[in-house]
Amino acid sequence: MSNSLGIIGKKVGMTRIFAEDGSVIPVTVVKAGPCPIIQKKSQDKEGYNAIQLAFEEVPGHRLNKPEQGHLKKAERGYFKHLKEFRVENIDQYELGQDITVEIFQPGEKIKVTGTSKGKGFAGVMKRWNFGGMPASHGHEKVHRSPGSIGQCAWPSRVFKGKKMAGQMGNRKVTYVNAEIVDIRPEDNLVLIKGQVPGPKHGFVILRKKS
Amino acid sequence: MNVLQQIEREQMRMDLPKFKAGDTVRVHVRIIEGEKERIQVFQGTVIRVKRGTTDSTFVVRKISDGIGVERIFPMHSPFIERIEVVSEGKVRQGRIYYLRGLKGKAARIKSKETWH
Repeated sequence: MSNSLGIIGKKVGMTRIFAEDGSVIPVTVVKAGPCPIIQKKSQDKEGYNAIQLAFEEVPGHRLNKPEQGHLKKAERGYFKHLKEFRVENIDQYELGQDITVEIFQPGEKIKVTGTSKGKGFAGVMKRWNFGGMPASHGHEKVHRSPGSIGQCAWPSRVFKGKKMAGQMGNRKVTYVNAEIVDIRPEDNLVLIKGQVPGPKHGFVILRKKS
Repeated sequence: MNVLQQIEREQMRMDLPKFKAGDTVRVHVRIIEGEKERIQVFQGTVIRVKRGTTDSTFVVRKISDGIGVERIFPMHSPFIERIEVVSEGKVRQGRIYYLRGLKGKAARIKSKETWH
């Protein structure tokens, strides 16, 4: 496991900004934090050093009793999402302390993790960019099919990992080396160059590259 | 105003004059060549204004040595030093692409009558 501090956020949407040299940069706006520290995990007790962060405040009655009891220890109210981040030294963090977007700097490269948009059960043309079959010259009912998926007597089976139709999207995706264009601590915003996995209002995790 | 609108508003330039398709404009463009920076003027007829926030653009067409030249400018780009409206034209369409098929006398645009 890599030791990397991060923050929890929500994708707001995409826009474009002008750089100082006049070029246009596409950016994704993420509203991240402030995330209070709910629990500290230590080498002695749990076997590893980590801090547990919370995000998105909710009224207490939205949570069940065990969740409420866990969040009460930090005395920071009730939150919807919890996420653990491994850190080398937990002594510099205190219970209830806020982690904000100020842990990042503009120009820094980070990792962004989200859940990609679900495309459902997709065929091979959409899922793996296969070419499909010709539209005419005697082809019937096979225009978007994969064609042959293997040989005959040998090996008498389809190899594992063969690209075929199936569920596409709606899985955890990490975008590495995402560049931070700007941070706005007063609004808790991070502007990331390019795309970020997931829909608008999607839950994303921004992690420092360790 | 939501967050995205706020970010876009910060990027937008409010110092530009109003103009629309059919108007003749002089666009002063900053050009960076190596370390030197100079200003080039592109004068022509606006044939399209794509309205929006930071993504709005406009197309200026001119005839240079008998060849039609069109240039697309991002409206809010920092490369644009300033825009002068030379004259206002009277056209019926918002996008006067038909100018591309015309030349000479036929490609003229009537100037707008203004009441004083």
